[in-house]
Amino acid sequence: MSAGAAVLGRELRLALRSGGGAGLGLAFFLITVLLMPFGVGPEPEKLATVAVGTLWIAALLACLLSLDRLFQADQEDGTLDILALSPLPLETLVALKAAAHWLSTGLPLVAAAPLLGITLNLPAPAFPWLVASLAIGTPGLSFLGAIGAALTIGIRRGGLLLSLLVLPLYIPSLIFGASAATAAAEGRDPGPAMLLLAGLTLAIVALAPFVGAAAIRLNLR
Amino acid sequence: MSLWRYANPAEFMRVSGRVLPVLWALTAACLAIGLGWGFFIAPDDYQQGATVKILFIHVPAALMAINAWLMMLVTSLIWLVRRHHVSALAARAAAPVGATMTVIALLTGAIWGQPMWGTWWAWDPRLTSFFILFVFYLGYIALWEAVDEPDKAADLTSVLCLVGSVFALLSRYAVFFWSQGLHQGPSLSLDRTENVDNAFYWPLLVSIAGFVLLFLSLVLLRTRTEIRARRLRALQEVEARA
Repeated sequence: MSAGAAVLGRELRLALRSGGGAGLGLAFFLITVLLMPFGVGPEPEKLATVAVGTLWIAALLACLLSLDRLFQADQEDGTLDILALSPLPLETLVALKAAAHWLSTGLPLVAAAPLLGITLNLPAPAFPWLVASLAIGTPGLSFLGAIGAALTIGIRRGGLLLSLLVLPLYIPSLIFGASAATAAAEGRDPGPAMLLLAGLTLAIVALAPFVGAAAIRLNLR
Repeated sequence: MSLWRYANPAEFMRVSGRVLPVLWALTAACLAIGLGWGFFIAPDDYQQGATVKILFIHVPAALMAINAWLMMLVTSLIWLVRRHHVSALAARAAAPVGATMTVIALLTGAIWGQPMWGTWWAWDPRLTSFFILFVFYLGYIALWEAVDEPDKAADLTSVLCLVGSVFALLSRYAVFFWSQGLHQGPSLSLDRTENVDNAFYWPLLVSIAGFVLLFLSLVLLRTRTEIRARRLRALQEVEARA
């Protein structure tokens, strides 16, 4: 347990201190949302229809930003070998790293989403559901991202490849998350989409560490 | 004697070298008969007119687009479990063929959809899941290209193929949650009574057989190329060391 706490603490400290890039995801999220009205026009009705999709897609893209360094930085300086040799199971390590990624990247997005929702004229009933769908959906994005990061550890400049591998995996989460918020905006019941999203995220969080750990083992062999 | 005998690259090269010409001949015959029958002999549809004929390409290509991924899944599993190199190389060989089949299905569908649905493209669940499948193929091919070490590339792409299979399937059902369909449901099967009319059924079946054979021939050919490329690489390494 203490080893796990140490790893989590280390990941968060690295993310939060200079060069860690925790704030970068949030800044990227802000700027993507800022660009949207320039693309579709400033009319409030038009923005209201694309608000949910914009916020969700901006969140997906922002999640990707810091993923490529998730394991690569540790692999380059040899830390990953030490961590792999430590008594901490590799699966736990992957889970902790993904959790730290969510805490430093996903959680700020969830917190900023309602503010940005106001600028996009998001319909009032959708606010709680948008925040809830992001809060439930983004952990899954971090854990799926960990799989992609583990697969591309050894590839130099693998960032672009990582997006190609990971973004298609995000489609189900995006569908259910955006459907829940859209349903609320249109006065329909967001329950079913929300439950499917929650189930999906739980399955991802439960299974992704095993896949990620397998990919790391194959990479270190 | 078991099936695994053919996992030996030398044995595979010997057998596939003999089988391949026969396969090519069968492919050519089936495609010529199936497509010729479909294009020139089968009647026009009473509503769709001659447009229906593109389906003799569309349906087999779409079937092979999915089956190619299934084949990659099976061969990836065989590689992960039994570590036969031919298996991993066959998966690698199948990917571009499957991706091409996906593109053919999407393009022929668009050409058919323009006069029939009045649009080249609709965000229909079936169309969308094929688009998604195509992106999965691209990611898989890109990962093979990106990793230098052949065995590691085979390992990592196999893992990606497993994960991709789960999510391609998930997306396939998730898109039904998201959008209503324009595409028709299945109307072709070997065991149900409800089928397309016999006038279309038989030529379609022959063209499907032709596409299956085409896929097999292309995959065998490409696997042979991969094996030769691997052998070349090994020889170059020996040369470099000497």
